[in-house]
Amino acid sequence: MSKPEKVVKGVKFGVLSPEMIRRMSVTAIVTPEVYDENGIPIEGGVMDPRLGVIEPGQRCATCGNTLAQCPGHFGHLELAKPVIHIGYVKHIYMLLKATCRSCNRVKIPEEDVVKYRDLYRRLRERWPQLASSMVEFIRQRASKALECPHCKARQFRVRLEKPATFIEEGGRGKLYPDVIKQWLSNIPSSDLEVLGLDPEVARPEWMIINVLPIPPIAVRPSIVLETGMRAEDDLTHKLVDIIRANEKLKEALNSGAPEIIVEDLWELLQYHVMTFIDNELPGVPVAKRRSGMPLKTLAQRLKGKEGRFRGNLSGKRVDFSARTVISPDPNLDVNEVGVPYEVAMTLTVPEHVTPWNIDRMREYVLNGPYKWPGANYVVDPSGRRLDLRYVKDRKALAEGLKPGYVVERHLVNGDVVLFNRQPSLHRMSIMAHRVRVLPGKTFRLHLAVCPPYNADFDGDEMNLHVPQTVEARAEAEELLLVEKQILSPRYGGPIIGGIQDYISGGYLLTLKTTILTKDQVSDLLATIDYSGEIPEPAILSPVEAWTGKQVFSLLLPEDFNFIGETKLSSGSLKCTSEECFWDTLLIVKKGKILAGTVDKTVIGSQQPKSLMHYLIMEKGVKFGAEFMNKAFKLFLRYIEMVGLTMTLDDIGPKRSALESAVKVIKNSYSEVDKLIEMYRAGQLEPVPGRTLSETLEIRILDVLARARDESGATVVEYMSLANPVYVMARTGARGSGLNITQMSVVLGQQSVRGERIWRGYRGRVLPHYRHGDLSPEARGFVASSFYKGLSPLEVFFHAAGGREGLVDTAVRTSQSGYMQRRLINALQDLYVEYDMSVRSPYGELVQFRYGEDSVDPRKTAFGKAVDIDRIIVKNMGWRMSL
Amino acid sequence: MSSEKRSVREKVLEHELVPRHELLTKEEALRVLRELGVRPEQLPWIRASDPIAKLLGAKPGDIIRVERKSSTAGVSVAYRFVVVG
Repeated sequence: MSKPEKVVKGVKFGVLSPEMIRRMSVTAIVTPEVYDENGIPIEGGVMDPRLGVIEPGQRCATCGNTLAQCPGHFGHLELAKPVIHIGYVKHIYMLLKATCRSCNRVKIPEEDVVKYRDLYRRLRERWPQLASSMVEFIRQRASKALECPHCKARQFRVRLEKPATFIEEGGRGKLYPDVIKQWLSNIPSSDLEVLGLDPEVARPEWMIINVLPIPPIAVRPSIVLETGMRAEDDLTHKLVDIIRANEKLKEALNSGAPEIIVEDLWELLQYHVMTFIDNELPGVPVAKRRSGMPLKTLAQRLKGKEGRFRGNLSGKRVDFSARTVISPDPNLDVNEVGVPYEVAMTLTVPEHVTPWNIDRMREYVLNGPYKWPGANYVVDPSGRRLDLRYVKDRKALAEGLKPGYVVERHLVNGDVVLFNRQPSLHRMSIMAHRVRVLPGKTFRLHLAVCPPYNADFDGDEMNLHVPQTVEARAEAEELLLVEKQILSPRYGGPIIGGIQDYISGGYLLTLKTTILTKDQVSDLLATIDYSGEIPEPAILSPVEAWTGKQVFSLLLPEDFNFIGETKLSSGSLKCTSEECFWDTLLIVKKGKILAGTVDKTVIGSQQPKSLMHYLIMEKGVKFGAEFMNKAFKLFLRYIEMVGLTMTLDDIGPKRSALESAVKVIKNSYSEVDKLIEMYRAGQLEPVPGRTLSETLEIRILDVLARARDESGATVVEYMSLANPVYVMARTGARGSGLNITQMSVVLGQQSVRGERIWRGYRGRVLPHYRHGDLSPEARGFVASSFYKGLSPLEVFFHAAGGREGLVDTAVRTSQSGYMQRRLINALQDLYVEYDMSVRSPYGELVQFRYGEDSVDPRKTAFGKAVDIDRIIVKNMGWRMSL
Repeated sequence: MSSEKRSVREKVLEHELVPRHELLTKEEALRVLRELGVRPEQLPWIRASDPIAKLLGAKPGDIIRVERKSSTAGVSVAYRFVVVG
C-alpha cells in the first residue's frame, strides 16, 4: 500500500476560529456530570467516549481504532457569553488602542495605510527584523491619534486592568468581551496587515472565546487508584468548573436575572477559562485542588525545567544507560572503566550472528540472562524478539542460531561505552571508555581521568551509555576515547596526567638518593609487565644496585630528549645549568634521565610544555596512554614500597624556627600599632583615590600579609626535604607553601569581601573588644596555627571567613551554569564548513576562517608554526640557554 | 575646527590598532560573494552610520573588506555588508 508522499514545507501558527473549533469537534459538551451511578461516562460530559479511547481493548466511538491507534478527538463547549483568552490580552489591548472606537479602522489616514502596507509586504520578504520594528512604529503612531482620521470620531483612552479587564476612560467605561468581540470583528482585514496580524489565520475576534475546544481524553487521562477510586486529571477538574460556571450563567440569562448577578457569573466564567489556560497569572488567585495543591493547567504543562519543552523535547530519559557511585581503581588502564556485574548483565549490545562469531553467540545464549557473559534477548530473522528469561529451552535456541539472528548480549570486557559526569561543561565531560567488568557495585575509573571529569570519590555518581550500532561504536572509539582527549583544546596541554600520589611517587622514585636492589627493581618492573632486559646496574659493588631514574628511564623511548626545570627548582634549590648540584633540572637524553626528578611540571595534569606533553605530541596519544598506565603503576608500587604518610609532628615547627616566626609577627603588630597611631594623629598619607581609613586598612592588610609570608618562610626553610608534607607541597602533589604555613605557623588574616572582618556590634566585632579597636586580633587576624590550635575568638573569625567561601561557590556555580546554558543555546548550531568558515545553519557567516587561522589548538605548537626551542632540544638534547 | 576634526578622523585609519578597511567595487564584491558562496545579507553586517563606514562613504548594499593583523594567522580577512542604520 503506497501513500501519497507529502513534504512539509513550513509550519504556520494561527488562532483557532469558532467555526474551526466546531468543525473539528466530534461532540458538544453540555453537562457538568461526568459519570452516572454505575461509573460509566455520560455522553455530553467531559469524559464522553467519543473523545477517545480510555481503556485498552476498547474501540473508539469516533474513529473505531484501538487505544494505541486512536489519536483522540476534540469536543467543544458553547459559552453562554464570550470571554477573553488570557494569552491574547496584549494583542487585544494593542488593537483596541490602535483602532477607532466607532468605525473600528486603524487610526491612520487611508493613503498612509496603503503606503505602509506596500512597504511592509516588501520588507517582510527580505528583512523580517525590520518588518517587525516597522509594525511597532505603526502601532505606536495609530495609538497616538486623538481623533479618527476616517470618521473623525473623538477617541478615548483604553486602559487595561490586569489581568483581563478593559476600561474606556471617559467613554463607555468597562468594555465587556462581547462588545470587544464586536469591535474587533469590525476591523477590516486590510488594516490588520499593517498592524502585524495575518487576517487569514488570525482574525482578532477569534481571540475572544465563545466556543471552547475540549481537549481529548488522551491529553488528560484519569488514573484508577488501587482502592478502585478514580482520580481525574487537573484539566478535567478545570473543565468541569468551566461547564458548571457556564450552566449557571446560562440559567441566569434565561431567567432574566439582575445585571449584577449576570456580571458576577460572567466574571467567574472568565476566571475559570483563564486559569484553565494559565494558573500562574499575576493578580489572579491560584486555582487549587482540595489538598491545596495548585492545579497544573495548560501553561504549567509547557513551562519551565520540567515542562514539555525543556523536560520532554530538549531532554529525554534514555535506554541503555546506567548510573552509580564511582570509586578509584589504580589497576585499570586510563582508557578503561570498571563496570559492576549487575550493570553488565542489564545493559546489552546487539550483535549480529555471523559464521565467525556464532560459537561465541551460542555460548552467550546458553548462559542466558542470569549468568555473565550471557544474553538477554534474541531477535530472529523475522524480527521477533525472544526474551531469554522466558525461553524454556535455551539449548535448542542456541543450536538454532544462525546468521541473520541478532543476539542482545551482555556487556563484556572491551566493549566501548560512553562515560559522563555532570555538569558536562566541556568536551572531556563525556569520554569513551573500554569496559572491564568487575565485582562490586560501583563504576571504577583510573585516577588520571579525574581532572577532565572534575570527579572525586566523596560520593560522586556518573552515567554510562552503551552505543547500540557499529557506527556509534566506531565514532565513540575514534573521537571520544579517553586517550584521544588527553590534550585539551582549552590550553593545548594534557588535561589527563599525574595527580597527587603519582607525582610524589614519581619524585621519590627518581630522587638522587633512591638506590634499589635487584629484588626491588624486579618487583617494580613486574608490576608493569616489563619484558625487556634489566639495564646495567648503576652501582656494581659491594652489591649491584640501580637508581630510580634508571627504572623510570626504561619507559621512555630511546630517541627522546627533554630538558626542563622541575617544580622543585625555585628559591635556594633553583637550577639553571646541567652541572647543578640540586638535581632540580630534569635532563633526558636518548630516553635516559641524566639528572633531575619527576614531579608536577614533568608529568602533572594540566601542565603544558611538560615532558608528558611532548611525549604525547611526538609519540602519539596511544603511546601517551600506555606510558601513563605503566609509569603511574610504577610510581604507586614504589610509593607502596617506601611509604608516604604524614603525622602531626610533620607540621610541628622547630622551636627555634617558631621563635623567629613569632618575632616576625610581634614586629608586624607593633608596625600596625604605629600605623594606627599615625592614622589617629592624622599623619597617615592617603593612597590616591582612597579615604584615610581605607588607606589604613590597605596598609594593615599589607603588613599582616607580609608578616604571614615571612614567618611562614622562616619555618618552612627549616623543614627537612624528607618531610612528607614538604615533599607533597614542593613536588606539587598536594598542598602549597601557604597551606603548610597555615598548619604550622600562623593562619593569618581572615577576611570577608576582601576586608578585615568588622561587622558585628557597634564599633567592634565581638563584645570582647573595645569600641573602635583596630588592632590585628580585634579584626580577625589569627596568630595561631592549626598545629597550636585556635582560641574561641579565632575560631569565630575563621568560621566567618570560611562561610564566605561557601556562599561564594554556591552563587558562582548557579551563575556560571546559567551563563553556560545561554552560551550553548546561542552556539550549538554553528559548524565549520568544508571551506573552513564557521557558519550558522542558514548559511550566515560567523567566522571567515575558524579561529582566524583554522588551526586545532590541540595540534599547534602554542600558536606558532614551529616550536624552534623544542626542535633544538629534541634533536640536540639540550637547549642553548634556559 | 571642523577640518581639523576630519583630519583626526582620517588619521585614525592609519593607526596601528585600526584594521584596514576597504570598500569593494561591484566586481570585487561579486567575486567575494561567489567565493564564499553566500548572499550579501549572510555576511556580518555593518551599519552605514558606523564611523568607519561613513569615512569610507559606504552606502547600504556595499561590501567592506576588513584586513586585520592576527597574532596567529598573520593577516585575517573579513567582510562586512553595509546596511541601513
